[in-house]
Formats: sequence, C-alpha cells, structure tokens
Amino acid sequence: MMSLTLLMILPLIGSMAIVALPKTNEKLVKQVALVTSLVVMGATIALAAGFQRDNVELQFIEKYSWIPSLGINYALGIDGLALVLILMATILAPVVILAGWNESHGGRWSVKTFYILILVLETMMIGVFAATDVFLFYVIFEAMLIPVYFLIGGYGTGERSAAAVKFLIYSLFGGLLMLASIIALYVMSGTQGGHTFDLAALSQLEMSSTTQNLLFLGFFIAFAIKAPLWPLHTWLPDAAESATPGTSVLLLGVLDKVGTFGMIRYCLTLFPDASKTFTPLILVLAVISIIYGAILAIGQRDLKRLIAFTSISHFGFITMGIFAMTTQGQSGATLYMFNHGFSTAALFLVGGWMIARRGSSTISDFGGLQRITPVMAWMFFLAGMSSLALPGLSSFVSEFLVLVGTFTRYPVHAVIATFGIVLAALYILIPVQKALHGPTTPGNENLNDLNLREKIAIAPVMVIIIVLGFYPSPLLKVINPAASHVIAQLGFSDPVPNLTNRSK
Amino acid sequence: MTFTAPILNYTLLSPILILLGGALIGVIVEAFVSKALRPITQLSITIGTLILALAQVWKIRNEQSMSAAMGSVVIDGPAILLQASILIISIISVLLIADTDHFTALAAALPGSNEERYAQQTGNQVTEVYPLTLFAVSGMMLFPISSDLITLFVALEMLSLPLYLMAGLSRRRRLASQEAALKYFLLGAFSSAFFLFGMAYLYGYSASVTFSGIRAAVVGGSGNDVLLLLGIAFVSVGLLFKVGAVPFHAWSPDVYQGAPTPITGFMAAATKIAAFGAMLRIYYTVFANAEWSWSPPLTAIAIITMLFGSLVAIAQRDIKRMLAYSSIAHAGFLLTGVIALNKAGLEASIFYLFAYGIATVGAFAVVTLVRDSGGEVTDLNRWRGLGKRSPLVATAFAGFLLAFAGIPLTSGFIGKFSIFAAAYESGAKSVVIVGVLSSAIAAFFYIRVIVLMFFTDPIQDGTSVEIPSVLTRATVIFSIVVTIVLGVFPAPVLTLISNFSTFIR
Repeated sequence: MMSLTLLMILPLIGSMAIVALPKTNEKLVKQVALVTSLVVMGATIALAAGFQRDNVELQFIEKYSWIPSLGINYALGIDGLALVLILMATILAPVVILAGWNESHGGRWSVKTFYILILVLETMMIGVFAATDVFLFYVIFEAMLIPVYFLIGGYGTGERSAAAVKFLIYSLFGGLLMLASIIALYVMSGTQGGHTFDLAALSQLEMSSTTQNLLFLGFFIAFAIKAPLWPLHTWLPDAAESATPGTSVLLLGVLDKVGTFGMIRYCLTLFPDASKTFTPLILVLAVISIIYGAILAIGQRDLKRLIAFTSISHFGFITMGIFAMTTQGQSGATLYMFNHGFSTAALFLVGGWMIARRGSSTISDFGGLQRITPVMAWMFFLAGMSSLALPGLSSFVSEFLVLVGTFTRYPVHAVIATFGIVLAALYILIPVQKALHGPTTPGNENLNDLNLREKIAIAPVMVIIIVLGFYPSPLLKVINPAASHVIAQLGFSDPVPNLTNRSK
Repeated sequence: MTFTAPILNYTLLSPILILLGGALIGVIVEAFVSKALRPITQLSITIGTLILALAQVWKIRNEQSMSAAMGSVVIDGPAILLQASILIISIISVLLIADTDHFTALAAALPGSNEERYAQQTGNQVTEVYPLTLFAVSGMMLFPISSDLITLFVALEMLSLPLYLMAGLSRRRRLASQEAALKYFLLGAFSSAFFLFGMAYLYGYSASVTFSGIRAAVVGGSGNDVLLLLGIAFVSVGLLFKVGAVPFHAWSPDVYQGAPTPITGFMAAATKIAAFGAMLRIYYTVFANAEWSWSPPLTAIAIITMLFGSLVAIAQRDIKRMLAYSSIAHAGFLLTGVIALNKAGLEASIFYLFAYGIATVGAFAVVTLVRDSGGEVTDLNRWRGLGKRSPLVATAFAGFLLAFAGIPLTSGFIGKFSIFAAAYESGAKSVVIVGVLSSAIAAFFYIRVIVLMFFTDPIQDGTSVEIPSVLTRATVIFSIVVTIVLGVFPAPVLTLISNFSTFIR
C-alpha cells in the first residue's frame, strides 16, 4: 500500500545509505542516489494511479498526533494540485541527478554530501506539498531552506555564498512574517473551539476583515518571495546564476512552486475575502512581473540569469492565473506550474551542459553550436520554444488557459500580459540566434555533442513537453476538479461571455 | 520572651541543602587534599552533589507547599521545573569547567606576577571554582522559589557573589577578566541597591515582606499606589539587570567576553533561568493584579531589548560578544512570556529557558574548543573555514546557531513559537510583530557565522580546533541531541511542563 509517508521516507532511506558509503567511492554514491530517486518516482506514479480524479476531497489522508499540547498533527493529504506538483518534483529529481552527474565535483564539500542534501530535499519537497497541517507545512517550508542554502553556497559557482545568503535571508524574512500570521491563526482557533493547525478547521475561522487582510499579507508576502513576484524577486537571478544547473532546476522548478502552490492552498483557502480584496493589486504586480521579467531577460548577457528572468515572467503568468478567479485561470496556472518545471529544467540542463563545455556562461561566447553540436543545439532550441510557449508544446496549453481565464474577467490585464508573449519570442530567439547560429566563435570548434547519459537524462523532459503539448487531458483531468473546487469554494462562478450585449 | 523554633520541612529544602553541603565539603577539600588529587576529587564531589540534588528534586516533584520554611519559600510545579532545569544545565556546565586550562592557577596572585607564574609552572592549580559553582547554584535554586522579599534578596546575593568571583578567574587575558569581574560586581551592587530600595517601598505599601502579604495588598487595592509603583519599578530594575534587558544590559558584553568561557556559558544559561524564574513568580503572582502598571513599560523594554540585541549583534566581530548580544535579544523574547501573563506564557517561558540554556552551554562549549597557542580564539574572522577543518564541531555549532535563530526542527523554534503564541493570546500583538522582525534580523548574524565557518576558506594562522576532551564532548553531544529532540519531538516535555506549571499562591 502506497502512502505519502512512505514516499517521504524513501529518499531519506537513500540518504542514510549514502551516509554509510565510503567517501571515496563517488560513483557508487551517485548510483545509489539515482536509484533512490527512480524508486521514488516509481512509487509516486504508483500512488498517482490510485488517485481518484473526480474526487475533490483530499486523498491519501494520514493523521497522527505530533505535539498534542499545541494541537499540532502530522497530517498529510493531497488533492489534484498537490499530486501534480509532487509528480513533477519526483520526476525532476532523477533527471537532475542524471543530468548533473559531474556537477557536484567543483564543490566545497564531498560528492557524498551533495547527494545527501539532494535526497533530504526531495523528502521535504514531497512533504511541503502533502502537508495539511499548517504547522507541519511551515516547518518543512522553513527547514527546506537549509539544504538549498548549502547546495547553492557549497556547490555553486562565482559569488555562491553571497547568493546563498541572499536567498536565505529573503526566504527567512518572508517565513517569519508567515509565522506571525500562523500564530494569530493558532490563537484565534483557540478561542473558537480549541487550538488546531488543521487547514480545513482553520478555514472555518471567523475573523474581522482587517485581521484577515493582515494575516493574508503575512502569508502572501512569504509566498511572493518564494514564487518571486516583482518587486520581491531580486534574490532569484543571483541564486540561479550561482547555483549548479541541477540545483537551479530544483530551486526554480520545484521550490518556487511552493510559493504559487501556497497562494492557492493557503491564501485562497484561509482568507477568501482578503484574497478578493487584494486581487486588483496582485494582478497588477503579476502583470508587471510578466513584462518586467521579459524585458530584463532580453537584456541579459549571462545565460543563467536570462533563464532566471524568464522564470520571473512565467511566475507572473501563474500568479495572474491564480488570482483571475476563474476555473480556466486556476487550471491553467496549475498546469503552468507543472509545465514550467519541465521547460525550465530543459533550459537549465541544456544550458548547463553548454556552459560546462564552453567554460563560460556569457551568451556571446557561444556561436555556431548548430553545426558543431547539433543534438545539443536542437535540444536547446526545443527548450527555448517550450519556454516561449510555441503551440504544440506543453507550455502553450497552460499559457493559453491562463490568458483566456484572465480575459473573461480582467481583459485589460490579459491584453497587457499578451505582450509578454511577444517579448518571450525576443528573449528566446535572440540567444538562440547568437548561440546556435551564425559563425563559429573562436574556441567553440572542438565542443563535444551530448553523450548518451545526457541524452537519456533530457529525453523524458522533452517527451513530456511534446506529449503534453498535444495531449494535455490526462493532467487536466486531475487538475480541473481541484481547480473548480477552489473557485467554487471562493463563491465565484465563471463569467459567461455575453456577446449580444456588446453588439448593441 | 520566648523563642519559637522555626519549623523547616527538610525534605522540601533538601536539594538546596545538599548543594550547600557539597559546597562546604568542597571548601574543606580545597584546604586539605593534595594538589594532585584535588581536581578529580572536586569534580566528583560537584557532579555527585548536583546529581543527588537533581534526584531529590525529582523525588519531591509532586509536593506542593507554602510553608516549607516558615513561608519563605514555596515549592510548586514551576519551582520543581526551574530547579531541575538549573541543575541539568549546571551539570553540563561543570563538565566544561573541569577543563582547568581556562582558569588561572592562583586567582589571588597579581596578573603577571612571579607568584602567578610559579603557580602555573608547578601546576599548583587551585580549584575553588567548584565550591563557588555550587554556592552559585544553590542561590539560583533558591531565587525562583523565594516567597518573601528578604529571602529573595539573600538568594540574589547568594547567586551573584560567587559569579562575580568566577568571572575573574580566566587564565588568559587576566586583566580583561578581572575588569569584567569588577564591572559585574559594581553594576550588580548598584542593581542590588535598586532592588533593596524597591523592597522598602513595597514594604511601605503593604506592611509586609511576604509575597502573599503584598499580593493581598495589591488585590485589596487600598494602599498608596505611588509606593506600589515605585516598589515595582525598582524591584523590576534589579531583576531586569540580572537578565540583561536593555537598558540594564551594559555589563553583559564585557562580562561575557572577559569571563572564562565555561563560566560564561554557565552564567548565561543558569542565571537566566533563575532570574526569569523569579521574575515569572513575582509578576504572575504578586503583581498580577497590578498588570496595568507594569505591563506597558515592560512591553516597551521587551521591544527595545529584542531590537537592540539583534541589531547590535550584527556589528560584533567577537564570537563571545556576539553571543552576549544574542542573549540580550533572547532576554527580550523571554520578556514576552512574562508579559503574556497566562498559563501558556508560563509554560512557554519554562520551555524556552530550558531549551535556550542547553543550546547556550553547547555553543560556549564549542567556543572553548577553537584555540591557538595563546588560548581561545574568539575573533570571528579567525573562525573562517572551521567547517573544513573540523566538520563535526562546526556542524554542532551551526545547530546551536540555528536553534538560536529559531529555525524549525530545533528546540529554539518550538520555544519561540509557543512564547509568541502565548503573548499574542494575551493581546500583546505589537510585541509579537517586533519579536518576529527581530528574529529575522537575528537570523542574519547567526547565518553569517555559518557562512564564515562553511563557505569561506580557512586562513593559516595557527587557529585549530582542540580535540574535545571526553567531558566537553559529552556536553556538546548532550546539548545538540537535546536541541534537536526538543525541536522534533517536543511533545513529552511540553506535556510534562503543562502538568507542572501552576504557581500556587
């Protein structure tokens, strides 16, 4: 019988095994890590197979008392949204391990430590999406920072320790604001029927609108730092530039999703009225993120920073979809989270291979890769196309859904956001042109094309990007019920297009 | 005139009596046992005494009494918890004190004098620190259970005087150490005077020195409020001085830095428990009905203390000074528990005191290990790359720092969470918000030390990490295990505290 706890324990078992291995046998360490992550992936798929798609209630519920005197439970459960994100996380983990087979070598510490951190992080990634007790969620949310901090600071390049500290301080600051809100929720629950951290019980709390607004902000700022929303995004480009490509994939692909996931799971559920109050402001911030991220991406000379800024633009789309308060916007945002994970992974991994081969991350140092390393160049091209949401690739579906979902309620925002797509074409095509085409830049003549390991690592990512582009419905069937449930809980119904009135 | 013999309940007083007995034996040992056998004898006596006292505390855990010593002390649940915490922390501190390398061979000799050098060379090490520790511990045990002002004052002096001496015992940088001792003594004497002054006013207000008498007068409300206010203010100054709250904190950075590191750890952890224990008892029972008078100023002090400690700690370049300012910030966090004035606040404070105390002793234990040829290295810049040289020691230290910063899965987080929740519950929302913000500021300097240890390359200047002795190792391991266990499975301890935490009045 699969359970979420088992899913969380598996990576821990792998990391324990690695602890026991000798430091010198690096190959074995990597193999154990890879096998562990594959087992976790298999287990997640097995779990997903047992998921009832039409059931909007939480599934695979587990609940044990943890700190009874404070009303804290170890409580897990997932809906479609959480399932999709856990799937994404556990599929990306083996990809990252395989793709970045050698990236742990330039680190401050041993290869062994790197994989222990990765596997511990995987446990927490599952837990953070599965937690249904707010306290448990908070604990994992904060504890997750520690392995990431060491992964960036210990194994990255350049100004890695400064980037790691910036990341940690931003996140801790947001986390502590959220803690203040959580304390307030806890105290209020005590006056309304007993101390609890149960998400469902907390969402029933009565509170004044001022309180609700303040508490909402506590949560939202924490999540907006995570998901980076303009103007709280400045830590991300530094972190992405310094981290190894694999770490960046986990950071941008999975960890930052905790922010957008939290907006749906916690902000919308716990503070429906405050969410509505702040929607106009948040939508403006989201649109600014879309345009700002895209414009800054165009201006970047460093490949990793460019990818980071594209992500800021994409997170703007996700946030817009969430707060559009329509079913399509919700579904689109959730699907976007999943797809963004894979298209960013593709960009970072292929980009990382290019950087590792060339020894530079400056875009203008590349050139003519299409002739020298055709497979790598095609993969980068495909990843780029996925990032700019080319029809036929997975991100198109989600971006389209978000825009349609937003347009029905907020047409102006949607129209402005559409310019983000135009800019996306620029920020992807310019580096594609500079790096892949044109004359061969001196120093590039002898670059090797992708080897078998790298091909195997990138293959599943590309398959997912293409297949979900044509046939997204398996995922949408899981996502849609959850999304409409959220919208229904908020008391919204989707606006019906009213063409007759307009024509009068 | 007839003399009535006082009726004492020796069973309930036995923990303190055992400690005093052990201390006296220590004095005799110091005088008569040969110098070769002295250290081990003293250590065994001290540890034995402390364990015996702890066992005795455990034995009387379910007793409740107001009349153990003619109404001068009160034994109740919080008393037991605080006494047990003080004893546990003293035991692990004594394991650090056992490393005689920290202490001057002959405290009576002038620094740099021939006598001192001679004593050092011949290995004629005096070990008076052990009996002094036991005297201080007995004062600390008495402080939070006192239930009249006279006993409270005696306990205050009993715990302070040995500490003044102990602060001056450092082997290296003796002048700084003696300066610290003198500073501590002068400011301590000053605050004692304030305390006495406040006692006088309270006596004037209520015509009683017992807590129950003063409490009755406060509840009755018929006395002169001016006297009450002056009394509360001056007594509070005395107490706030002991816990190192702003603006009565000025002694603590110098004393923390100058005192021998094991003593600093002991002082930082155990004195805080004793002083906050007494403070909780006084504010929760005696002054509870005059909350209107002390709550607003205490709130202001808590806010200033949290912010000041966290902000100034950022600028520190010396690990012991940084920990001193961090302890000022923690005093501020603990004050929020006093302000809460509810059962949750009492429970949270006791948990916080214990968790913080353990982590503090552990952190100072690590500080004793980082040395060069001239003794301990406390300059933060020379802690660079410690993680590379001795990963285990650095990891343990990182664990303590994360606990201070209140990162989840450490005891510090549970402590901070419950103490803020209690304060919020009582309506002190501003304190909680400032507390959370200063936690964010504080996280910055804790993390900076982690960055120094793990993310920078070591510099070759002869700084090295001592191989820990068995005793130091025991302290570090015990502290880190407790810190993590209290962070992950705090339930049993929280339940225990919850069952015990009701003051009897």
